Amino acid sequence: MVADSGAASGPKPSSSVKLVLLGEAAVGKSSLVMRFVNNDFQENKEPTIGAAFLTQKCNLPTRTIKFEIWDTAGQERFASLAPMYYRNAQAALVVYDITKAASLTKAQHWVAELQRQASPGIVIALVGNKSDLAASPNNSGSSSSGGSGGALSDASTAGDDGDAASSTAVGDGDDGDEDEEGEGGDARKVATKVAKAYADEEGLLFFETSAKTGLNVAEVFTAIANAIPETSLKGPRGVGGQTHLGGGRQEDAARVNLTGGRDAAGPKEGCAC
Amino acid sequence: MDGSVEPQTPVSLGNSPANSANGVPEQDNSIDKKDFGSHMTNEEQGRAQSTSTGEEQPSREGTPPPLPPRPKNLQLLDGRPQTSGSSKPSRPALQSKATTQLSFADTQSYSDESKDTSSSDASKQKIGPNRSGSEADDSASVKSYVPTLEVGGDTESLLGEVLTGHDKTILKSLGRPFDSTSGRSERMFPDDPEFEIAFEHEFDEVEEMKADGSNEEAVMNHWRSKLKHFLILSSAGKPIYSRHGDDQLITNYIGVVQTIISFYQGANDVLRGFTAGEVRFVVMSKGPLNLVAITRLGESDSQLRSQLDALYMQILSTLTLPSMEKMFSNRPSYDLRRPLQGTEMLLSALADGFTRGSPSTLLSALECLKLRKSHRQAINNALLKTRSQNLLYGLIVASGKLVSVVRPKKHSLHPGDLHLIFNMLFEAGSVKAGGGENWIPLCLPGFNNTGYLYMYVSFLNLENLSEQVEERPSSSAAAQDEVAILLISANKEGFFELRQMRDDLVEQLQKNGSIDLIRTAVKKGRPSCTDIVPGSPIRHFLYKSRGNVQFTMPSFEPFFATALDRRRLINLYNTLHTHMHARPTHLKVHHSTSTTNISLAWITPLFELYCVAPSPTSRAALAQTANKIIQWVRREEERVFIIGGAVF
Ligand SMILES: Nc1nc2c(ncn2[C@@H]2O[C@H](COP(=O)(O)OP(=O)(O)OP(=O)(O)O)[C@@H](O)[C@H]2O)c(=O)[nH]1
Ligand SMILES: [Mg+2]
Repeated sequence: MVADSGAASGPKPSSSVKLVLLGEAAVGKSSLVMRFVNNDFQENKEPTIGAAFLTQKCNLPTRTIKFEIWDTAGQERFASLAPMYYRNAQAALVVYDITKAASLTKAQHWVAELQRQASPGIVIALVGNKSDLAASPNNSGSSSSGGSGGALSDASTAGDDGDAASSTAVGDGDDGDEDEEGEGGDARKVATKVAKAYADEEGLLFFETSAKTGLNVAEVFTAIANAIPETSLKGPRGVGGQTHLGGGRQEDAARVNLTGGRDAAGPKEGCAC
Repeated sequence: MDGSVEPQTPVSLGNSPANSANGVPEQDNSIDKKDFGSHMTNEEQGRAQSTSTGEEQPSREGTPPPLPPRPKNLQLLDGRPQTSGSSKPSRPALQSKATTQLSFADTQSYSDESKDTSSSDASKQKIGPNRSGSEADDSASVKSYVPTLEVGGDTESLLGEVLTGHDKTILKSLGRPFDSTSGRSERMFPDDPEFEIAFEHEFDEVEEMKADGSNEEAVMNHWRSKLKHFLILSSAGKPIYSRHGDDQLITNYIGVVQTIISFYQGANDVLRGFTAGEVRFVVMSKGPLNLVAITRLGESDSQLRSQLDALYMQILSTLTLPSMEKMFSNRPSYDLRRPLQGTEMLLSALADGFTRGSPSTLLSALECLKLRKSHRQAINNALLKTRSQNLLYGLIVASGKLVSVVRPKKHSLHPGDLHLIFNMLFEAGSVKAGGGENWIPLCLPGFNNTGYLYMYVSFLNLENLSEQVEERPSSSAAAQDEVAILLISANKEGFFELRQMRDDLVEQLQKNGSIDLIRTAVKKGRPSCTDIVPGSPIRHFLYKSRGNVQFTMPSFEPFFATALDRRRLINLYNTLHTHMHARPTHLKVHHSTSTTNISLAWITPLFELYCVAPSPTSRAALAQTANKIIQWVRREEERVFIIGGAVF
């Protein structure tokens, strides 16, 4: 599929980024990855066992990023293996389920653990998934880096089986959207502003996504790609994953750079998905 | 191979000199089936006659040479546990040495019920490792019966003799369907609408009980209508797993089961099983767990026990034995469901496999992809050449069949462990559906139940190999043609090392043309019965090579195209298998006829054969085909089985 489209774009520098997904079981980590890599969604996806390793390219205007993604299992019994996957990661996607308050708490634990144990320069995105289950038409959780309308309309093309109505609704609803949860039929349990406030405080990228409709999925990855400091990027994959040992360590400024995503928000279409 | 085995190989049906040497005299030719009658489905009930040519069958020709005691031979041959564990005191008791080759049915062996009494040490007894010269052994053992098969003509006449001299009613019963069914000669099983409906809905979910209990009766009825249940509870009576029904529904039920179990335990009598109406309950206690199977499918207790054993192994595979024991020793009322979270789907996939019925489970054996010997050799060599340092086992699996194995000389793979792996990859679906490559910690209890290994899994799409290697498979297209590469290591951090090996291996396999060969073999599928024995009346058969712990069979199509047909076929095989393995008969040959079909089971130290034909078929014709199947397997043995594999 699209993965090879980068080849045509010639001599753009390309680099690989190790990314890990963490979060409670069943919040939709694998579904997000499947949407990003395959543009596909599966109802009733079975739990991940251990961890899955996938790669996907993301074309930015100036360079190609090849994500090397560890999709970890959220079930408790695998938790002790997590350090193996985040140890050398340059980016982490910490996912919770907006319909399950406890999953945000779990996400916060992961963030704290990453801040303590992962590479200092690691780029962390907090992702509230399953936004399609919120009743409010204005359920977008786009934050600092996902704000432009252009980005959002791209999201609707990403999710080809997505519900068009929800995609367009998102396009105009970037602010003042977070308090309709009280409405009937709304499964939302985590208010956007609560999660956003936490993300801002910790200097995390923040998105609300739907792996089901595709909403904001590409945006998360593009924002991460843009937030990775140039200096911490390595050449195209070296020997196995070992070249990435210590990747990102030299750049402590990464968290400061997060807002850089805003400047680069334009080239969403670059992401090969 | 020890020459003493040779005379033991069957000369032909009805003339098995081996039998008289070590046989347990049998009382009656026809197997008493009343043990099973209560919960048999119609096809079994419809069986008119059932005869056996077992130990009691005097050899009609020649005098059998005196034989050494049988267990020794078997040990030399393959060290199988069936020969009863006590016969090999010298076996090392280490679990990690559980097996050589792909071998050893131990924990899943149905044949020796006595091992149930000592189930906790069954895994230690088995083993029979170190068949170092297995390849030579196997070909020798095959050759040993070559000449005897040449006497094909005798076989027929012998069978004729059996037929006429033995039980004339069979002839009559054969005659009847001949006349009445000429118009529908392909009906292999009698109608059984009740069973058909039950089976059709067997895998439907039982809905949740409403809080107000308003749907209780409907839910309970639905739950009771299931043909098969598996329950797992702790010895303190806490529910751990149930195939059907939510907690609320099963709690009451578990309470009853728990009460019954403790009643027997209180009486110092370990409950093994009981029958209620047409339902058979079997209970197995394993340390802190009680596992319960409840069936209306007419399976034997030992078959059910081996199914429970597989569920138990799955639990160990998730937790390891020491950590499970620790959980309970700290707190006997511990709720095991938490640490088992996510394992339910694997348990259910196993359970449903048993309910659908699988030859592999029945026989405790594996099926291999049929490949020419030289082609398999090339794949073995590629595995050896690319083997990375920390590799323990490497497997290539195509459409659920084993293509090749690489393993250390001193460790073989336990079929029970392989069953767990195959179940996870091909039945549970979570790994396959996820795409990409996987790194899975798991305990292989047959190998070592105290610690974890790490398994690298990569699915290749044969049609799109180049794309796959670079990027992940496009999930939907993959389907049947998929080949999985499984590389297992004790090194937790070994992912990238094994990933490199996968890349090297795939490159090798492409270069030497093996990928194409595997693709062709997968496409070709299993041969049909008529490919194997042209003109034969046989509709299906199972052939298990006991030494290799592998089996082969023809395609289910066209005669057993639906899940229901297959389940009924498996029911039939189950019954044959039970007859052959029930103590103390140890039958050699067994015939069964019903209004709609005729079947035959034949066991020798080398193989087990089960086959079935529509009822107008004569026993002679069936037996003749059986001999031809044996000849075919002999010719194809190195293609349908992996003999030895790649050893380092
Ligand atoms: N409505 C809705 N359902 C979703 C979404 N994403 C995932 N799901 C569903 O949520 C369930 C869990 O999704 P997974 O992707 O398997 O979750 P996971 O985080 O990978 O779970 P583990 O692998 O166990 O850690 C599945 O049934 C998905 O179909 C979403 O955006 N919207
Ligand atoms: Mg997952």
